[in-house]
Amino acid sequence: MTLTPVLSAHWADSESWTLRSYVRAKEYAGYRALGAVLRRHPDEIVQLVKDSGLRGRGGAGFPTGMKWGFIPQGDGKPHYLVVNADESEPGTCKDVPMMMAAPHTLIEGMIIGSYAIRANHAFIYVRGEVLHVVRRLQEAIREAYDAGYLGSNILGSGYDLDLTLHIGAGAYICGEETALLDSLEGFRGQPRLRPPFPAIAGLYAAPTVVNNVESIASVPFIVGRGVDWYRSMGTARSPGFKLFSLSGHVQRPGQYEAPLGITFRELLDLAGGIREGHELKFWTPGGSSTPLFTAEHLDVKLDFEDVAAHGSMLGTTALMVFDETTSVVRAVLRWTEFYAHESCGKCTPCREGTYWLVQVLRRLEAGRGTEEDIETLVDLCDNILGRAFCALGDGATSPITSAVEYFREEFVAGTHTPAWELFDPAASTLFAGTQAAQAGARV
Amino acid sequence: MPITDTTRVQLREIIARYPKPRSALMPMLHLVQAEEGCVTLEGIEMCAEELGLTAAEVTAVVTFYSMYKRRPIGDYHVGVCTNTLCAVMGGDTIFKALKDHLDIGNDETTPDGKVTLEHIECNAACDYAPVVMVNWEFFDNQTVESATELVDRLRAGSPPKPTRGAAALCTWREAARVLAGYPDGRANEGPSAGPATLVGLRVAEEHGWRPPDRPGRGDRAPGAVEEAAAETRARSGSTSASDAGAPTAPTSGTTPPAGPARPREEGDRP
Repeated sequence: MTLTPVLSAHWADSESWTLRSYVRAKEYAGYRALGAVLRRHPDEIVQLVKDSGLRGRGGAGFPTGMKWGFIPQGDGKPHYLVVNADESEPGTCKDVPMMMAAPHTLIEGMIIGSYAIRANHAFIYVRGEVLHVVRRLQEAIREAYDAGYLGSNILGSGYDLDLTLHIGAGAYICGEETALLDSLEGFRGQPRLRPPFPAIAGLYAAPTVVNNVESIASVPFIVGRGVDWYRSMGTARSPGFKLFSLSGHVQRPGQYEAPLGITFRELLDLAGGIREGHELKFWTPGGSSTPLFTAEHLDVKLDFEDVAAHGSMLGTTALMVFDETTSVVRAVLRWTEFYAHESCGKCTPCREGTYWLVQVLRRLEAGRGTEEDIETLVDLCDNILGRAFCALGDGATSPITSAVEYFREEFVAGTHTPAWELFDPAASTLFAGTQAAQAGARV
Repeated sequence: MPITDTTRVQLREIIARYPKPRSALMPMLHLVQAEEGCVTLEGIEMCAEELGLTAAEVTAVVTFYSMYKRRPIGDYHVGVCTNTLCAVMGGDTIFKALKDHLDIGNDETTPDGKVTLEHIECNAACDYAPVVMVNWEFFDNQTVESATELVDRLRAGSPPKPTRGAAALCTWREAARVLAGYPDGRANEGPSAGPATLVGLRVAEEHGWRPPDRPGRGDRAPGAVEEAAAETRARSGSTSASDAGAPTAPTSGTTPPAGPARPREEGDRP
């Protein structure tokens, strides 16, 4: 299967982030379809996106057009489009570089999406820890206002849209859409009980669509080139192109834009394989909240269906790759510490469960685990999965249960030998072999 | 720098950006952090006053988010990613080396007030692991040596430039002001992307791979929204703002600028 740069096609252009560059992009001249969109009935745009089969790129894969279609029309309430740009799922690194290189793609998609759902105010909720991305978004929004793509009577259509950039302050949970809305309303970012779903009672209790950056950024291309073109890539149920983010022990980590359904074997080949002299041990198909895969899964098609059929989730297509030098216990402990740190504290299974998972995993990493610890881990996960208030708790169990399934012997070894004796951390580093790495380190 | 009446005016400007006042609280907190280097009780009280909230309600928000600091931060906040991917790729080694080198612990500041060291969570740059952030700017693919030199230069007053970011680092407070929604005019500095961001694009170029052509290119594509018509208008040189694809943004006519608008950054062409 070949790569299909669509979103990424103009990222290497000179000053690609500027409006001037975007409207002259070779493959797709920016904002070109917008005037025509604004002459169509909004329902037609919703239908077009429904027909395209575009599925949410934030992890869950919910059909974007269907989400738009849930917004009640003629209800007399304001509607809102909120873009989730809080990219924080470990391993996920697609939206941040996209917004740095091509903020206008996102803005154009937002104008089309807002028009379709009949929103006159849209928001980008971007995480705060990416200063230069914030600058690029601020400038792109200013340019779009100056050019008449935002504000009142856009391109003479009579349609008005304001766009506000909202900058987060460090909280993974705000990537959960209802926590994001609470945060955007000025509260602690804690998830809300659903129903009601945001489509009925979202921001300020008004109908709201929350979409991921990559989902919305795909819209101008779909609308501009058509449903048939879009569906000519990917699979029947997972159509289109997608950014696959490879990181870790591969020769050439980075962003690879390909049709859904490509395999990890194919991507790994394009990335030059596992780093020299090493072999694949485990990888995540879509971030740390998706169950681990191993070398057995190299030929799983990376679409929503096939990944699920093999016991994991496509998630954000964040492929973190680890070779045989890596201790799976260490890797899983660190993710679990992350979930414990980021648990918002609202519900007991997640708040208490992640705390205890960390305690048990620390013992196992230090080689001081007990015979019962592995069963305790699995049991704790069983009590969190499906019982937590939001997906954070479920996600926290994914790396653990899958790691125990595929690498049980490493957890057993944790009852007598520290992980850092079995797997020298220095050997895993980017600078392995250098003096500094040899000095070793354990935090 | 104490909180002043100017701060109060700006807090009100922030409130005006939102349909409902309380939504402004997070950027307001970024602003008071810009003024004082951290979120002080005075800053909390001023936000509370402007929004008609209690100090306790505002404090509850402040303590939820890890970017709001309750203690003064140095001029440069150095965040070492120690989430799994970066940790394994060398983040743990780097973090330990910096603690030893600076002789401070996590979330502590050097006695000269220059550097605050903290381990941070995944910062969406895994393809550049291990990553260090300084005042939330990217320093990609770090080693112990590069990170040590980085903090030394921060302390010596000659900060290096970020890998993917502005041409020069700003201070912690200046960064917080940008996050409050006050741009510093530096968006056009730096590269569009680093090499890892463009790696797939380069592979596609090498192989001559492109996305499929639009069905019936040249005619109207089935299901597409009249892009072809818009293209025709754009080519005919129409400049009316009501025409699709005719930006009113400043452009230098139809010919590209004679030379590169800026020195080519390393990240542009790996």
